[in-house]
Amino acid sequence: MAMRAALKWVTLVASAMAASTATAGPAADPLGSVMWNDMKAQFFGDAPVVFDDRVKVSIPSIVENQAQVPVTADARALGDVKKLVVFADLNPIQHVVTVLPVKAAPYIGLSMKVEQATPVRAAALLGDGTWHVGSVYLDAAGGGCSAPALARKDADWSDTVGHAQGRMWREVDGSARVRFRVRHPMDTGLARDNTPAYFIEKLNMRASDGQSLAEVEIREPVSEDPTFTMIVRLPVSDKALTIDGRDNNGADYRSVIPVAWRQSDAAAAKPGAVK
Amino acid sequence: MKRVGHPEPARDGDDGITRRAALARVAGIATLPMLLGVFDADAAPLAYELKSERIGDGVWVVRGAQEAIDRKNGGAIANITIFDTSDGAVIVDTGPSKRYGLALDAIVRQLTGKPVVRAYLTHFHPDHVFGNQAFAADAIAAPKGVVDGLADLGEAFASAMYHAAGDWMRGTEVVAPGRTLEDGTEQIGQRRFRAQTLAGHTASDLVLLEETSGLLVAGDLVFLDRAPTTPHADLARWRHSLDALGAISDRALVPGHGPVESGARGVGQTRDWLAVMEETIRNAFERGLSQNEAIAEPLPEWTGRIALARYEYERSVMHFYPKLEAGSWPRIDRAG
Repeated sequence: MAMRAALKWVTLVASAMAASTATAGPAADPLGSVMWNDMKAQFFGDAPVVFDDRVKVSIPSIVENQAQVPVTADARALGDVKKLVVFADLNPIQHVVTVLPVKAAPYIGLSMKVEQATPVRAAALLGDGTWHVGSVYLDAAGGGCSAPALARKDADWSDTVGHAQGRMWREVDGSARVRFRVRHPMDTGLARDNTPAYFIEKLNMRASDGQSLAEVEIREPVSEDPTFTMIVRLPVSDKALTIDGRDNNGADYRSVIPVAWRQSDAAAAKPGAVK
Repeated sequence: MKRVGHPEPARDGDDGITRRAALARVAGIATLPMLLGVFDADAAPLAYELKSERIGDGVWVVRGAQEAIDRKNGGAIANITIFDTSDGAVIVDTGPSKRYGLALDAIVRQLTGKPVVRAYLTHFHPDHVFGNQAFAADAIAAPKGVVDGLADLGEAFASAMYHAAGDWMRGTEVVAPGRTLEDGTEQIGQRRFRAQTLAGHTASDLVLLEETSGLLVAGDLVFLDRAPTTPHADLARWRHSLDALGAISDRALVPGHGPVESGARGVGQTRDWLAVMEETIRNAFERGLSQNEAIAEPLPEWTGRIALARYEYERSVMHFYPKLEAGSWPRIDRAG
């Protein structure tokens, strides 16, 4: 175990050294990751790929908790994005999420587990079939994927699975910014206590007529009690946003976030309300 | 190299030993000639050069660097106070590593000509207590909350410290205090130490008043010219403790981090920082910003004069955001 970790680490040093000598060019990974070619094959196949600073990946400058690393992926500067994928080259499970922004911004905020220092990337697929990739390098002590979920220490953890909390805000352009969390252990299946994988694998954000605004495929690296920030174009007449979720055991979760700003308008219009 | 401060352990069940073994091995690999260029900082011999500052008759402080824990400073970022007494030396806090503790023991003997007969620990954070190994466990005294906190989190702290400070930590193990300290006074030689357990920076923060010199050792309840850390903070309790300290802040005060001077400025600045930090985070949270967006929010101009202001603000966002989300968002789940 110690040797494996040490060897991985040497790989990182090697990749950091490679980065300093890499020649510039459209296909060269700016982080010089030794895993880049594997990542390219895994996520993009034969599709054209370019590195593009307009795809922003934000992370803190330090990792405070390797089981809860906030990551924000934002490809709004690219315009019409068909798909947004977040992945981390050196995680034991690289894929973090895929967003289909049907009627939503190509944007997601979440927290993820990291097993060691790794590149974190967001890739946006445009209508012309080209992937645009933004990357950052995250330093971390690691161990986030192989540590048991905190909830597993609590005998009553299952009582709160699926409990959700959230709020919604109106963006300047009229779209709805949604922030919510769902109680779930999000077990990776890699924990030292051999807990099998158990995680929310799908979220679908819907308008009141049932139309899909955004679909999110979620993978094991997303943190326990997953918390998301998204921006969707909710129809003007809708009074609430519905979020349907499903975990890999087949359990369904439904949450409804009322449109808070319209509620407060309605309250102000009530007879007797103080203007 | 990115920095890590007081590391917040991810998991209680975390296997710190394994990762430390791996990091120790990595430190060994760093001596390979081909990798030397990457490790300029680590290539120098690792020796803490502790400098004492005389702050009174038979009283010294060893100042910590106003920095985050890294591989250059070896985690020597917290202040240590040394008292000479007729019965032996008394120290407050022991530093970040075994190696530091040994260097501290040497400088104490050099200054006082006596061994350490009492080491008080102000709280359980690793930059204050990981030098314990250099002293007899029976001489180390701390409030029950500090003893318990170290028992809970010590191994996880050790793992994070090995990552942040590297080979400086070699051989460091968590050592529990041999004595549980009750509030009250303890006479050691001609000196009289009054212990009071407050809280807020952590669940248990010891404040010591040495009555013959009038010196107040405030631990990390007070930071001066260095931004306060909040991984285990309770802001309401912290403010309450600052009120108590404010009442006696005309005395000379040793902050956990920062210069020794009359206590008013440190108490006031710590209070101002907590207010600005909390308000900035709450304001970002109420506007629906994600954690990374909250981290990018501006801070008032005056905080630019405080060491590590942005660094600690960033960490505080990560400490407080999950609590705000869990504590203030309404339930939204429905039966499907």
